Amino acid sequence: MMDLGSHSWDLELNFSTTGTLLIQISGSWKLQNHLPSSIKVFNQIKPENFIQRIAFDSKKLANWDTGLLTFISSLNGQCLNQGIVMDLQGLPAGVRRLLKLASAVPESKEASKTPQTASFFTRVGLALIQFLRASKETLEFIGEAFLTFLKFFTGKARYRMSDLILTIQECGAQALPIVSLISLLVGLILAFVGAVQLKQFGAQIYVANLVGLGMVREMGTMMTAVIMAGRTGAAFAAQLGTMQVNQEIDALKTLGISPMEFLVLPRMIALMLMMPLLCLYSDLLGILGGALVSWGMLDISLIQYFNQTQGAIGINDFLVGLIKSVIFGVIVAISGCLRGMQCGNSSSAVGNSATSAVVTAIVLVIVWDAIFAIIFNIVDF
Amino acid sequence: MVASEFHITVSDLKLAYGEFVIQRDLNFEVKHGEIFIIMGGSGCGKSTLLRAMIGLLKPVQGEIFYDNLNFELIEPTERDQLMRRFGVLYQSGALWSSMTLGENVALPLGEFTDLNANQIREVVSLKLSLVGLKGFEDFYPSELSGGMQKRAGLARAMALDPEILFFDEPTGGLDPVSAHRLDDLILELRESLGTTVVVVTHELATIFAVGDNSIFLDSDTKTMIAEGNPKTLLAESNNAKVQKFLTRSESTVEAK
Repeated sequence: MMDLGSHSWDLELNFSTTGTLLIQISGSWKLQNHLPSSIKVFNQIKPENFIQRIAFDSKKLANWDTGLLTFISSLNGQCLNQGIVMDLQGLPAGVRRLLKLASAVPESKEASKTPQTASFFTRVGLALIQFLRASKETLEFIGEAFLTFLKFFTGKARYRMSDLILTIQECGAQALPIVSLISLLVGLILAFVGAVQLKQFGAQIYVANLVGLGMVREMGTMMTAVIMAGRTGAAFAAQLGTMQVNQEIDALKTLGISPMEFLVLPRMIALMLMMPLLCLYSDLLGILGGALVSWGMLDISLIQYFNQTQGAIGINDFLVGLIKSVIFGVIVAISGCLRGMQCGNSSSAVGNSATSAVVTAIVLVIVWDAIFAIIFNIVDF
Repeated sequence: MVASEFHITVSDLKLAYGEFVIQRDLNFEVKHGEIFIIMGGSGCGKSTLLRAMIGLLKPVQGEIFYDNLNFELIEPTERDQLMRRFGVLYQSGALWSSMTLGENVALPLGEFTDLNANQIREVVSLKLSLVGLKGFEDFYPSELSGGMQKRAGLARAMALDPEILFFDEPTGGLDPVSAHRLDDLILELRESLGTTVVVVTHELATIFAVGDNSIFLDSDTKTMIAEGNPKTLLAESNNAKVQKFLTRSESTVEAK
């Protein structure tokens, strides 16, 4: 088998007494032929050689590609640093032309990124500044969203009703299948967990209380919010991010149409309207899931189960869930829209903003759920 | 005080993204009804200057006047009204992808005029026919080629009969016939409506076909290095970079 390694090329250095180094290159100078490093060749030039000029002889060069160009270009860079002139006349005309083309536009010094060698404290400081800047942007966005909302109530907001209806459809009806599946399963899981424990005390019937209260006060709202963050919040961020990349938001701004009114407002209203409905639907499906487990596993009849549930859940429990669902709707909508509007100008930035929207929404939903739990506990609601 | 004979006056403008200066010391005027070209090599800051002129980028320094109004200092409501006198054709067309072409053109008409639905439909049809897209009212942007999207973007930019039309690389990506048609349309808009037109481009055919006046932005010195009618610049400019650009030559042309 033919060896395409170091035998396919050759390099010879001829030092003259006139300060010229003649580099004779022969054979095949192609990238895959393990070509020599220009640094190793350059290091063979000793100060006592007094080399001022490097010339080439390529009469025996069989063929070449980018490998030769890279070698010459790299050698040229080192020669320039040492004040050695490189005479390219002995190289093939094609090599000379390509090297000329490569050096036609000088390297932009301003464009080069400085390496990240900042100290620990500098990095902490920069991170803090970045955090404060992001917080300011978020607060500005929330403030602007609030003002836009006020404009909506005074009838001055500029948006398309067809967009609002379409968004309501996307956030509401089209979310029903996934909300149904998740809620039913969450109800089933709660019932299973409760059943195992309560059976030990012969208190199986209280599975209905556990599932009912769990779904209505916490899980129904929480799971709907998480589903909507992953489904709708990410979609909002991706839609607005793509509009940002395609300059569609710029086009709105230059027409004097506020993107906040035109794009963010319909999405906020749609989620605020749909979240409580989805939350109620989720509660119902969760309770149904619990009923199925109780009926199949604990020999509790459906009538018994629903009577027990009815007795366990008060109107205030439903209100707790509904109040939270409206707030979670706002959180999911604002997170999605904020990240979409902050999106950079590349396709990868769209992906990042969608991911960021989901993470932001889920974190905020859980934080606010905890805050609500404390508040409702204090006011005994 | 800025003389009112100029529609746009740019004074001592400096543009930057963070610490990175894009252009500085920009001073030029655009007369009423003039077709003004902003030209220069790729990455020299042409589109950035356009973004500053239409209010999408805040300059680090300097001022932009429209007639006698300082774009940076006027009240937000006045600024909104001023911006409604602009029409902008973006590099990518920037059509709203969730709307049909008809809805794209109709939106500004519906928002800022008292026209009824029938009148708006007629205006939309006219604007689309001006750019050769009559009958495409119900198409979505994704169903059209890049050139058609750009033309539809122009129809939307012309929707409110703006006093100033800004074009960002209008003929980029278009075939020669479509590009020629667009150049003719730019000339026609100026002739028939007296529209002031600012074109950002590096297409030589467009520059020579439509340009009354121009500036040349240089990415090395980060400022404008030539100003004047493009044909005059070609004939008389001593600047090697300008000559190289306008003659599309490989080697640097000697100063005349």
